[in-house]
Order: sequence, then C-alpha cells, then structure tokens
Amino acid sequence: MADIRNNFVGIKSPNPFWLASAPPTDKAYNVIRAFKAGWGGVVWKTLGEEGPPVVNVNGPRYGAIWGADRRLLGLNNIELITDRDLQTNLREMKQVKMDWPDRALIASIMVPCEEESWKAILPLVEETGADGIELNFGCPHGMSERGMGAAVGQVPEYIEMVVRWCKQYTRMPVITKLTPNITDIRKPARAAHAGGTDAVSLINTINSITGVDLDSFAPQPTIDGKGSHGGYCGPAVKPIAMNMVAEIARDPETHGLPISGIGGITTWRDAAEFMALGAGNVQVCTAAMTYGFKIVQEMIAGLENWMDEKGHRSLDDIIGRATPNVTDWQYLNLNYVAKAHIDQDACIKCGRCHIVCEDTSHQAITSMVNGVRHFEVIEAECVGCNLCVNVCPVDNCITMEPLAAGAMDQRTGKPVSPVYANWTTHPNNPMAKVAAE
Amino acid sequence: MPEGQFKEGIVGGRLPAEQYADNFSDLHPPLDHHEALVESDRCYFCYDAPCMNACPTSIDIPLFIRQISTGNPIGSAKTIFDQNILGGMCARVCPTETLCEEVCVREVAEGKPVQIGRLQRYATDVAMSQNKQFYPRAEPTGKTVAVVGAGPAGLAAAHRLARHGHDVTILEARPKAGGLNEYGIAAYKSVDNFAQAEVDYVTAIGGIDIQNGKALGRDYQLSDLIRNYDAVFLGMGLGGVNALRADGEDAAGVTNAVEFIAELRQASDLSGLPVGRRVVVIGGGMTAIDAAVQSKLLGAEEVTICYRRGQEHMNASEFEQDLAAANGVTIRHWLQPKRVIADGGKVSAIELEYTAFNGDKLVGTGETLTLVADQVFKAIGQSFVPAALNGSGASIDLEAGRIKVDGEGRTSLAKVWAGGDCIFGGDDLTVSAVAQGRDAAESINRALASNGRA
Repeated sequence: MADIRNNFVGIKSPNPFWLASAPPTDKAYNVIRAFKAGWGGVVWKTLGEEGPPVVNVNGPRYGAIWGADRRLLGLNNIELITDRDLQTNLREMKQVKMDWPDRALIASIMVPCEEESWKAILPLVEETGADGIELNFGCPHGMSERGMGAAVGQVPEYIEMVVRWCKQYTRMPVITKLTPNITDIRKPARAAHAGGTDAVSLINTINSITGVDLDSFAPQPTIDGKGSHGGYCGPAVKPIAMNMVAEIARDPETHGLPISGIGGITTWRDAAEFMALGAGNVQVCTAAMTYGFKIVQEMIAGLENWMDEKGHRSLDDIIGRATPNVTDWQYLNLNYVAKAHIDQDACIKCGRCHIVCEDTSHQAITSMVNGVRHFEVIEAECVGCNLCVNVCPVDNCITMEPLAAGAMDQRTGKPVSPVYANWTTHPNNPMAKVAAE
Repeated sequence: MPEGQFKEGIVGGRLPAEQYADNFSDLHPPLDHHEALVESDRCYFCYDAPCMNACPTSIDIPLFIRQISTGNPIGSAKTIFDQNILGGMCARVCPTETLCEEVCVREVAEGKPVQIGRLQRYATDVAMSQNKQFYPRAEPTGKTVAVVGAGPAGLAAAHRLARHGHDVTILEARPKAGGLNEYGIAAYKSVDNFAQAEVDYVTAIGGIDIQNGKALGRDYQLSDLIRNYDAVFLGMGLGGVNALRADGEDAAGVTNAVEFIAELRQASDLSGLPVGRRVVVIGGGMTAIDAAVQSKLLGAEEVTICYRRGQEHMNASEFEQDLAAANGVTIRHWLQPKRVIADGGKVSAIELEYTAFNGDKLVGTGETLTLVADQVFKAIGQSFVPAALNGSGASIDLEAGRIKVDGEGRTSLAKVWAGGDCIFGGDDLTVSAVAQGRDAAESINRALASNGRA
C-alpha cells in the first residue's frame, strides 16, 4: 500500500491535499468539516492586520465559464481577504490546531508592506500553534490596489524584503505564494529564495473578466452595472500553473526549493501531475467550491491506487520525476519523427481530422478514397503536428507513431537518423555551435 | 363511467375522459433550453456530414446545431428553413432513425445519435413562436402559378414561388390546408394544432391564396389551370386506398386506416371517437402503425397488426415497430387476409392465411388463422388516382401508376410540374415532398424568368 503521508518543509500531514487559502478555509466551521472529510491540511483564509476588517462587495463575488452542461471550467472571484476580526480568526485557528494536531494548519497573511506590520502580526500567529505561514503576494484584485497582494508579488525586491522580515521575526516555516500575473515566474521565485523562504506556492489567481453582459454591456461578475477584473482559477488555469511550477523546479537558481502546487487541481491525476513536475504537495480550492469537501476522498484513493499500480511507495518516488524532462525548445530532438496513424476500426468518420488538417494545417489527411468516405494519413505530407489527435472525438483512434531510426520519412525522402540532434547544432541556425573538431 | 376496454363492438368513451389527453400527448416532448444546449454539444460538427447528406432537403445540420449551441436559435431556424420551410413538421414526423440520425457518427460509434429531429424542433419552435419571417418577397413578377393540393409539396412549392415574387393560388380539395400533416400522421406526433400553425407560418410570406373545397376534376380541370396560369404544380398526393382483395371486405367495421387517422386528427373530442374492442390492422407501413397505436390509445383491448411478409420487410421503421410494441400492439408476420367474417353485416372476425416465399413469389401456405375482430383497418398502401387529371386536354404521362417527372419535377405537359406522393420515384415522406415542391418551384421560377411563360 502506497504511503501518501506528506512532509512539506517539515510540516506533516496525512496526505498531500491541502485546501488553499480561500473562502473554504475562512472559519473553524468550514475547516473542521474539511478535516472530517479527510483533507490533509488547510491554509487558513488570509489574515489582515488588526483593526477594522476589510469589507467585501455585497453583490456577486464570483463569475464563471461553463461547458455546455454547466460543468464549471473556470471560476473568477473578487472576494478580498478575510472580513472577520483578526482575533476571532486567531482564536479559532488555535482551537482547531489543538483539536486536529495531525493536520497541517498554515496561516496566510497579508499586511501592508511595512516591517512593523509584519513584525506585529507574526507573534500573534505563532501563538496559535500554526504549522507555518504563507505570504499572500498573489491576490490580483482589490488588495493590490492598496499596495498589497499582487502589488508586492509583482516586484521581486519587495518579495525578498518581506520574506526576510518574516524569516527574521518568526520561527515558523515561510511559504511565499506567487502571483502568475507577471511575465517570468522565475524572477519572484528567485527573490523569495534569496529572501530565505522555505518554499513557494503557486499559482495564485489570474487577472480575468469571465464574461460581458451583452444587454448592459457590463463585465461579469457585475456589481451595479460595473465590474472589475477578478482572479481566475479552476480547471482552465491548470496548464498555466503547471508550466510555472516546472519553470521554478528546473531553474538552476531555485532548483530544489519546495513548491506547493496550486491551480485547477480537481482530481488525483491533476495532483500527481503537479507533483511529478516538482510540487511537494498541492493546494485545492475551486474543486471544493464546486463539489464540496468530499472530493478529497477520490483524490486520496485515486493517488494511492495509481501509486500501488505503478509501484511507487511514497510521494518522494514521484515528486519531481517529470522535472528533468521539461526542457527548452532548442534542446528537443529534431531527428525524432512521428506520423499520425488513424485506427480505421475505431474511426467513426466524423471527418474533423481531415478538415482541420486541410483547412488549417498540412493537407495530410484524405476525406475520400476511391469514392468512399475514408480518412487516412498521407505520410508524405504529415509533419506529425498532433492536431488531428487533439480534435479527434474518439480516444486513441489517432495516435502519433514514431518512425524507427533508419525508416524512410516519406515527407523528406530521407531515412530517420538515429542520432540526437537539436537546434543548437542545426545547420539552419546561424548561431549554431559547431561541434569541436 | 368509461365504457372500458371490454365492451364489445365499436364504441367511443372507453377511457376516463382525462386519459385521452395523456395518451395523445407529444410523443417526443420538446427539449427545453438546457437540454437543447447539452444535446447540441454532442454534435461533432462533422466535415461533409453524413446527416446532411441523408436529409432529403439537405439541411445544413451541423451548422444549425452549432447555432443552437451558441445561443442563436433564430439563426439556427433560418439555416433549417433555407432548405425546408416545413422544417417544423419534418422535425416531428421525419423517420429520423432511418435518415439523418441513422448515419450520425455517434449512432455509428455508440448507438446514440445526436437527437437531430428534436433539436430541429427546438430551433423552429423558437422562430415560429415569434412568427419570425426570414424571407421577404422579391418584386412582384406578375406571374401566376396554380398549385394543386395544400400538402407538404404544394406548400413548399408555393412558399418558394412566393419568395420569387410570383402569385400563387393553391387549390385544395379538403376543408383545411396541410395535406397529410393535417389529415394523416398520428396525433401524438403533431399536437396543439401544429399543422395549421405551420400553414399560417408558411403563408405569412404573402402572395399565397389557398382556396379550400376545390377538387381537381370536380370543380375545375387541369386544362383550365394551364390556360389561366403561367405554370401549374401538381401536389395532390394519393387519393386511393388499396383494397384487401379478401372476401367480405364490405362488412361494416372494415375501414381505411387513412380515414380513421384523418377522423381522429379532426376530432374535437377524442372520447367521442369509436374504436373496436379487438382491432386488426392489415399492413406493415407507418399508416398501419399509426392506426394500431392510436386504436390502442383510444382504449381498444387487443390490437394486432398482420403483415404478409417478415419483420425485415416492413416499411415501418424499427422505432415505429418498437413504439407499437411498447403500446401493447401485437405485430404478426407472414399472414395475409383471406376472408372477413361478418355477423349481421358487421365484422366479427378475420380469416388470414399464412404466407411464405416460393422463390421470389409470396404464396399462401393453405394454413389459416382466424382472429376475432370487431374492427379491421386496411393499411396496405395508397394509390394515385389519375382520373382527375384526364378531364380535358392532353393527358399526362404516368409511370407505374404515378405522374412521371424529370429531375426538376417537370411532367410530360408543358407548364406543368409535379411533386410529392403523386409522382413516381418518391419515398412517400413529408420531407421528400418538401424537397420536390421546393425544387419544382425553382424550376418553375427559372422557366418563368427565361421566357415569360413557362
């Protein structure tokens, strides 16, 4: 039986599934329900500094996009950090941690970018017995207009500065949560690393407008006729998040820095993919906000089953396993040749592969052969782009078949070379590095 | 008190009054908005889509479904009406299981086609409920066209001709327009007086004058039309019903299924419609099924369809056969009527003979079966009655008993086109009649435009 216990920067939890700092973790009531359902840990909804709590809009806080059957694909929110009194939150956190010692409880914090503010709040949090803190440098809406959240996360120097303060004023592990609303995610990660962070977590939400009401011409969600960009999350953002996780995992400057993966994780498979790319554990929000806390049971069982099936005994067997295979385009093997192949028994003859290839790609799939509706790859035209695979509605009907070394590539008229060769040495590359004589 | 199923003879009111409305409610209830979105999302938007090629009117099905999925049902309806102005009725009565849905790639892949018919109904319902008219008439041409018969072929022809600016007079023998849409077809396929609503929708384009109670050969002659109009379109359908060729078929209680169906469609109160306790329907097509199922729904105790060949030879689709079975109709094969047995002039039973193929020829085996019956419906096909065409002037060429036309619907007579069930070579489907009417109208328009008179 696979062991999925998690140890993330010294914080132990019975599984790698944490609830991210968000509405599901706003108060003890929800968190206790989550722990009862089986969640390994929670990052408590972001605490602000002492004083009058923040206020939220009283109209819609969320917007969404859906598939045809109203399956929620992406969620957007304009909710701010906790709007409950700081002392109430701290009191509840302390009680919950006491009652659930085996679960991870992390405090998310966002206070003004001033040393005194951080210095003031950290001891209060530490007193709750929380296992660590997460610095919210990510929220893209509202708080960022007040110089917090993403406003900090977008300036690497600020990140480094605040992380240093936190490392200086608390013994708790520090997780720095990064915003994806930036051109190169490695820069803030390096800054956090330089500041001494114990880990990073990412991604926070992405600036977004989920829709426009075409009667009122107002962006959605709409508050009294106006809208503001919100933070986008859910299944739609997963590919973006995974790339950012991989970028940090494989960056020589941050390689080895623990990462808590966040962004559209809905199933055990999503979680396994994030961890394979280098995440030490994962945080979930939208899936819980779509289906409730029970989904964690599928995640736990699914992850265990897969690990058992593949013989992975612990999370360490899978974390980062895919990281070495993420590389730059320039290092991809240009001598690798694959051709699409259509399984005629599986083909239902919808013709989508043909029309996308014909209209938008390489004219490499037939539609009619000897007067009969028939879809077949013309190998002499196929560049192996994979578009037909992606649009085919039948699983495994079209596959990409690599040509063996020595086999004839009918498109180029040349045999497939057995030698690995990439762009850096390609003759068409004016910057090509000539191999040493 | 209802009479109940066991009352002997042909009587009405067998069921509790409220049961009728339930029994004759929509066979396929309309999709609601969300169902339509989900169903439309199942469409793969196939290239050179098989469904579209299977549709006799060549509706661009992937496009209209995509328009539903993008929240544009009005645009979707126009895509449908561009090819088939009677798309609303066709959505209800087309045997989609043998046309578009049979070749849907999802039928091939998983046995569950996209529900094209119901999606078509969804889109056309939206447009028709708003009386959204898509086609302005062209400038008046001053040309006049006579259309004989206000059925699907005639209405489709008239609409297309009116679009082109011609003035159309439809001469219809029956009191109402619609043809088989109004007088044929099971009631549960066309509820809420849809056939008349569709006639109103089609004629709302203007320039179409429907004159009811005008029968060819009785009230006017073909030669009159040829003389008085620039062109003539014949779409009068089939007027005759094939006989059983069984002894005693004149007995009371032996009825044409088409008449029973027409009567049922026109009945204002179904509880007043009499039906036998034990009903035998002779035939194997859609009419047989419609008569049998509706007999059952009216409260008959026992309804048996007898067909003289095997299940695989039936014209009724598998879906229709299943529908009959689900409604408690028994379908028996390899039986042909031999003798109607009467008691006091009223049918009391029917004697049938078993059949078998002797080579290619169907022959009686000599073995017989007698079914007790107080009502027998003949549903062994309809035939074209050419007599009405022959009142005066040159006679029109026929082929296998129906009007002979070329690829554009031209008959052997100049200025005369024909379409629908009355022509040779069709498949007796509403949708095919629409296609033939539409295409003949285009041919007429070309002729009128090229030389003034056809």
